[in-house]
Amino acid sequence: MKEGTRVHPENRLSQNQVEIIHKATLSLLEDPGITCTNQKAAQLYKNAGCTVSQGEGEEAWQVRFPKNMVEQTLEKVPPKVILGARNPANRLVLDARVPRLYFGTGSETNIYLSADMDEFQSRKYPSQTLSYPVFSQERGSVRHLCQSAKLCNSLSNVDFFIRNINIQDEDINPDNKDVNVFMASLMYMTKHVQAGLVKEERLEDVLKLAEIVAGGPEQFRENPLISFITCVIKSPLQMLKDTTSKLISIAQKGIPVVLSSSPQGGSTAPIQEEGMVAQINAEILAGIILAQIVNPGTPVLYGAVPVRARLDTLHDFYGIPEFIHYNMDCIQMARHYGIPCYSSAGVGDAKVPGLQATIDKVFSQLRVASAGPPYIHYSVGLLDKTNIFCPLQAVLDEAQIGMIRGILRQPSFGQEDQEEMLKDIRKVLGSKMKLFAKQIRKARRKGLISPPYPFESHDSEDKVFLKAYKKLQEILSGPDEKLDEDSIDAVYNQVPGILPKERFKIQ
Amino acid sequence: MSDFFEEIKRNIIAGKVDQEDEGFDGDLAGKPGVIELVNQAVDENVSPTDILNKALTPGMEEVGRKYEEGEYTIADMLASAECVSEATNILKPLLLKEDVQSKGKFIMATVEGDLHDIGKNIVSTILQGSGYEVEDLGTSVKADKIVNKLKETNANFVGLSALLTTTMERMGEIIELMEKEGVRDQATVCIGGAPTSEDFAKKIGADVYAKDAFDALGKLEKTAG
Ligand code: B12
Repeated sequence: MKEGTRVHPENRLSQNQVEIIHKATLSLLEDPGITCTNQKAAQLYKNAGCTVSQGEGEEAWQVRFPKNMVEQTLEKVPPKVILGARNPANRLVLDARVPRLYFGTGSETNIYLSADMDEFQSRKYPSQTLSYPVFSQERGSVRHLCQSAKLCNSLSNVDFFIRNINIQDEDINPDNKDVNVFMASLMYMTKHVQAGLVKEERLEDVLKLAEIVAGGPEQFRENPLISFITCVIKSPLQMLKDTTSKLISIAQKGIPVVLSSSPQGGSTAPIQEEGMVAQINAEILAGIILAQIVNPGTPVLYGAVPVRARLDTLHDFYGIPEFIHYNMDCIQMARHYGIPCYSSAGVGDAKVPGLQATIDKVFSQLRVASAGPPYIHYSVGLLDKTNIFCPLQAVLDEAQIGMIRGILRQPSFGQEDQEEMLKDIRKVLGSKMKLFAKQIRKARRKGLISPPYPFESHDSEDKVFLKAYKKLQEILSGPDEKLDEDSIDAVYNQVPGILPKERFKIQ
Repeated sequence: MSDFFEEIKRNIIAGKVDQEDEGFDGDLAGKPGVIELVNQAVDENVSPTDILNKALTPGMEEVGRKYEEGEYTIADMLASAECVSEATNILKPLLLKEDVQSKGKFIMATVEGDLHDIGKNIVSTILQGSGYEVEDLGTSVKADKIVNKLKETNANFVGLSALLTTTMERMGEIIELMEKEGVRDQATVCIGGAPTSEDFAKKIGADVYAKDAFDALGKLEKTAG
């Protein structure tokens, strides 16, 4: 199991504010409730004690949740969810009661942004040159997804992999997309793999694939190396027909599932945090309650993706303080209910790596992490809101995450350690040089000393891009941990729709 | 009489739709807004064409300027656009009597399989606020519904929105169905949404691609001119 980074969670809201939001959420769930466009779900809610009436439109039901039904169901949600991995050492334990940090990818980006380093010369001062990347955009493909999986598998601060490339190859269609997404990801990934499901009918095939990789159905149940994301909600307070149906099937099988909602403050939710958080909380809880009705005790994650809208275009906006506020609040609400939180941080609004991207990303990475979610998605390689994945940016982000883990490391000393310090101080004071240098070794052995930023420069040129690029090249041309040939053959024999083997080759 | 025009214009710029509305500066609640003022003007026999030309149009132009200069946000722009479209609703029957035409009838829809509508709703609101008549069919709208609506309303424009790389393909199918049903020439097809592009519009035979509502306004004026 991966330990992750244990943190003392920082609470943005007072206990009183948590109560205010909780009450507002219950109130919203009761009036107006949720507009559900899935008949089966409406029936399930009704059987479980909700008041269900005809909603606006032909296929819409208005579902109102009695307060005690909500509170009783929430008490039964498992606080601990295990996410498996092809390499068991990479398994993650998400425990709502133990604040810790796992970081990973997110989104399904349309564009893959490659970088190449070039030399630039100053026109004014020709002796001055600069290494800087030039970028090129490509539409995402299966090969890009494989490459991204290989990269993220090698980056030690990336703990899980959400398929981050929208595969748009000519021969990919809704029928074969799911199996190829999971195949590409599991082929190169020894960490947990997560994705949405395009077609409910392909759930069995995807599970077959995962079972083969895990070594059998029993092994998969113990080590669920894949899980699903379901965006059941369309804000404000509407539940989508298709995704809800997928959720029901996934929950029936007891596979871990994220119930996510992504309202935009200022367009599909209030821009004020108390309104935003009450609404998203109601939306996510409605989904979680459905999963629990379908299969009591089924593992779920509280999928918080609250964003703010830009005031100039109403587009989604990430490098802005309110994005951080919303996300920190949601983490606290999830902890209040004892449900592991799937949180969001580290998206660049900028379209290319650079100073703006860093500023967009680093504050939310740090602040959201300080709330102790335990699961932070979106945090690796995303630019242009969530439309671009850039491998070079992923390498930069991973280094940043390393710094953040260091910053948030908990103080671990006790009385005994302090006694030892007193001894050290007295000893050094009595010595000739009066230097504490030798004592560093002890602290380093205990893992208490942070390494420097890996891309720092020792001369007057900024070498961040150059060094990150070098690391990227080394990883991409270096060894991978590809799935063994027997498992690959078994997949081809038993799972229909997978593209030919050469399509999963990286070079 | 010119007081009415000034008053309506001022309320459009303040994005104050009715009495309850607090307006841009937040201090106008209780005073009459665009709806009350337009109704009053109509009662007092002010010419609807004059209301349109001397209050609504210059009001919205001023709002557009403020938005471009960064003084107004899209929220302010949308509030003003709502005022204009409420005013137009009141004036529509009277304008018809005076034989004043709107800029044209728009059918707007997010294509089948796609539920994204934030962008489409902005475009609908701004078009409406700029003098187009918009019938918004909502999200995940099937091709035949769009084509039937086109026949039924004799609309001059079809606006299509898609946010998914998978659903944008539906746009081409809608144009094909329009051709098959013999109504392709009746309407200008205008498409938009993040994954679409100028090239894509060409490929599927759409008339106009616009990256946002303002781009659409500009390009549609051009096709009309
Ligand atoms: C908000 C959002 C949602 C909300 C939608 C809420 C709503 N009421 O619309 C919810 C949560 C419901 C949602 C669901 C899904 N989403 Co979504 N969503 C987004 C998001 C974050 C923002 C879109 C948005 O509203 N932008 C703001 C508006 C103002 O901009 P806009 O839509 O582009 O519109 C402007 C222009 O494009 C243009 N325009 C738009 N339409 C038209 C029409 C005309 C005629 C004209 C002239 C102009 C025009 O003008 C607009 C105004 O300026 C995007 C990511 C992104 N950054 O784009 C993903 C995104 C579009 N979604 C994505 C995905 C994958 C999904 C889901 C499949 C998720 C899932 N796994 O279940 C579902 C699909 C549901 C469905 N069947 O449609 C992907 C799409 C990738 C792909 N395959 O192409 C994106 C790109 C995110 C990502 N990178 O992964 N989503």
